[in-house]
Amino acid sequence: MTGASTADDLAIEAKGLSKRFGRQLAVNNIDLAVPRGSVFGFLGPNGSGKTTTIRMMLGLAAASEGTISVLGQEMPRQLQDVLPRVGALVEGPAFYPFLSGTANLHRFDAADPHSVRGTRAARVQRALERVGLTHAAGKKVRAYSLGMKQRLGIANALLSPRELLVLDEPTNGLDPQGTREVRHLVRSLAADGATVFVSSHLLAEVEQICTHAAVMSAGSLVAQGTLASLRQSGGRTLRLLTPDAGTASAVLVRLGLTPVTDGAAPTTGVLTASLPDPDGAVAADGVVAPEDIVAALVDAGVRVRGFAVEQGSLEDRFVALTGEGFDIAQ
Amino acid sequence: MLAALAAIPILIAVAVRLSSAVPPGRGPAFLDRITQNGLFVGVTGMLVSIPLFLPLTVGVVAGDTVAGEAGLGTLRYLLVAPAGRVKLLLVKYAGALVFCIVAPLVIALTGAAIGAALFPVGRVTLLSGDTIAPAEAVLRLILIAAYIAVSLLGLSAIGLFMSTLTDVPVGAMAATVVLSVVSQVLDALPQLEWLHPWLFSHYWLGFSELLRQPIGWDSFASNAWLQAGYVAVFGALAYSRFVTKDILS
Repeated sequence: MTGASTADDLAIEAKGLSKRFGRQLAVNNIDLAVPRGSVFGFLGPNGSGKTTTIRMMLGLAAASEGTISVLGQEMPRQLQDVLPRVGALVEGPAFYPFLSGTANLHRFDAADPHSVRGTRAARVQRALERVGLTHAAGKKVRAYSLGMKQRLGIANALLSPRELLVLDEPTNGLDPQGTREVRHLVRSLAADGATVFVSSHLLAEVEQICTHAAVMSAGSLVAQGTLASLRQSGGRTLRLLTPDAGTASAVLVRLGLTPVTDGAAPTTGVLTASLPDPDGAVAADGVVAPEDIVAALVDAGVRVRGFAVEQGSLEDRFVALTGEGFDIAQ
Repeated sequence: MLAALAAIPILIAVAVRLSSAVPPGRGPAFLDRITQNGLFVGVTGMLVSIPLFLPLTVGVVAGDTVAGEAGLGTLRYLLVAPAGRVKLLLVKYAGALVFCIVAPLVIALTGAAIGAALFPVGRVTLLSGDTIAPAEAVLRLILIAAYIAVSLLGLSAIGLFMSTLTDVPVGAMAATVVLSVVSQVLDALPQLEWLHPWLFSHYWLGFSELLRQPIGWDSFASNAWLQAGYVAVFGALAYSRFVTKDILS
């Protein structure tokens, strides 16, 4: 958790937010806190309620219960004040296929009553440059590839200087270079002081660009916080390489751990055990420091050939929170 | 679509020109007059377009207003821009209104032009027996086009409402066109006479007063009131629906 942050520090704040479609609860009582200036990764499997949350954030859908405020103002009541400061890519890009890329951006910019007409051409040009689409600006969108449409969608979000960017699956359909460019773009936007809210199911991407993240599963928010704290609460794993697996196992059990033996050879086994949280959230009877474990093992005559404490990856954490495989929680 | 509308009087004129004399009293009203006066092509064109072709095109345009944007997915980007829901609805309806005005005008003027090109133009005999100069006849033609434009306002408001109900533009278009046909069918059933003055298609063909001397404005006024009522009711429905709608397209 981000801890004690006041509403002013938050770019997006949801309290008890729920959305019901008929009998289905798409978003279930979530409390989201996106700090200003953060690059916030919004994770979750397909169908976990990410896009529905984004729709409520942008005033496209009304919340069934709870409130959501964006840039300190409640949505959708203050939508007309908030949205000009927000750039968004929602559920894939969408354009008029019979218009050129430039003409599409002109049209969307014209729909914003706050946009300045005199600077429109220059702003459209600049946005197209930022996403590397200048060469195809005059082509009809009908002839665009998926990646080009995606870039144009991002350009649309960048038409005006924005305080908050909401990018739903921004790298969808992009080639590896395009993905890299989007990462650079997100970093440069964050460097300019904007808050960037990126929804994604690509963990590697989030791990590379985000400072904070939240994980959705089946409509509920199951974790949120800084990336470091999320990784950490995923737990650390102890890996021990020893020929004396039996003795070592007994020692570890005595220390309150639950070792698991890997490897076929009984003589040189690999023992793994998850370590308690260093903050002491898991272990009730005190935290066992890794060095104390090694000392205890050596005291018991265990020949330690390898010892490592591995930090859990975000992927482990993600899978632990949202379930394995294709059986997406409903 | 306007080109398709313009094709109707052209087709009529060319068909009449190429065929031998039409026996009076057969085919659409005024058809037999075309050979004597080309200006009647415009009237005939509008007359044959009223039952189906004009409602069809208006249904397509009005049904596409909101649902078309939803179908493309551009609706969410317009609203996030933020265009404002009420403003978007008004702009969209204004677009449909412009079409309602332009569509009959295109038929009337194309008709008059092609008629003048293929047939003699002279003084026009009105239904009351009076004759008027060709220039005044063109004015009457525009007046009839205005009458039809007003007639289509109610249907366009219905189309706008239908368009807020769905994300599939074809659905909204079809529903609108079907309603226009249903209304005309009901209007043709004598058993439902009490209902007739309330049907939006009731006055569609009632512009004969505009072809008399002096011009009668009664049906023009009744039609305008009826259409205004439809615009108010379906405009309000479209507003209340669209302002609270969850945009999930």
